[in-house]
Amino acid sequence: LRKNLEDFTGPRERSDLGFVTFDITADILNGKKCIFDWNVKQLFLYLSAEYSTKNNALNQVVLWDKVMLRGDNPKLFLKDMKSKYFFFDDGNGLKGNRNVTLTLSWNVVPNAGILPLVTGSGHVSVPFPDTYETTKSY
Amino acid sequence: VPAMLSLDFLDDVRRMNKRQLYYQVLNFGMIVSSALMIWKGLMVVTGSESPIVVVLSGSMEPAFHRGDLLFLTNRIEDPIRVGEIVVFRIEGREIPIVHRVLKIHEKQNGDIKFLTKGDNNAVDDRGLYKRGQHWLEKKDVVGRARGFVPYIGIVTILMNDYPKFKYAVLFFLGLFVLVHRE
Repeated sequence: LRKNLEDFTGPRERSDLGFVTFDITADILNGKKCIFDWNVKQLFLYLSAEYSTKNNALNQVVLWDKVMLRGDNPKLFLKDMKSKYFFFDDGNGLKGNRNVTLTLSWNVVPNAGILPLVTGSGHVSVPFPDTYETTKSY
Repeated sequence: VPAMLSLDFLDDVRRMNKRQLYYQVLNFGMIVSSALMIWKGLMVVTGSESPIVVVLSGSMEPAFHRGDLLFLTNRIEDPIRVGEIVVFRIEGREIPIVHRVLKIHEKQNGDIKFLTKGDNNAVDDRGLYKRGQHWLEKKDVVGRARGFVPYIGIVTILMNDYPKFKYAVLFFLGLFVLVHRE
């Protein structure tokens, strides 16, 4: 699982807004077997950023999600993706934050039964710069 | 003489019927009590006031459809994290909503505020919350969905939308229990 990305923060009056572009190369498996066994209807994949700030000990923000149906290719090869949802912090904790970690996780939706949440192995750290960007277009 | 015998017989039958009626009523009462006990037991074990809920809308498709049954837990030891499917109530509204956690901000002491969104909705739930409310809190949560069974909840929806159907079901259930011989 590998992600590459570039990022910057836009100035907001009240809260930091982060912009992240990323690539995802992933192969979703269940241990060594194919993730889509007889009881897996679909997967709900989501890329989330986790970090700590002065205001809040733990922050988690979903940046992107996707439904992967049974029959879809479990290998992901996405490039230059922009986040689907606005990456707002609750405050100004993104500026200069070196410890923002991106992880890919998924919710296994069975035909019937338990709904587990699985986190993929492999994560990437996104350091945010100390200054705000005012001119970059997104 | 045969006339007197028949009268005695009738008395016996009447007595037996009364006893049998009491027996069947007690039977019925026991079934209802057992069902209530199981439900209360589930509430204790899961920590949720409503351990089983029916999905009412299509906002979580294609994962869940109207009529699917969800099994919830609401244990305090399980922290709320993004990606989880929560069932929550908005203050002042009776009907619980089943959506996914999109953002969380948790303080050192465990206080958490979070935002939700239906998988099938284009925008997050801020528009659904109470006026001036931007986040959900632990107290709004009925439970987290841990398992599900499709279709079965349709019966509950039918009973809700068509009250005559509900009365018919209850009537026949009651009739069955009262009339059924052990």
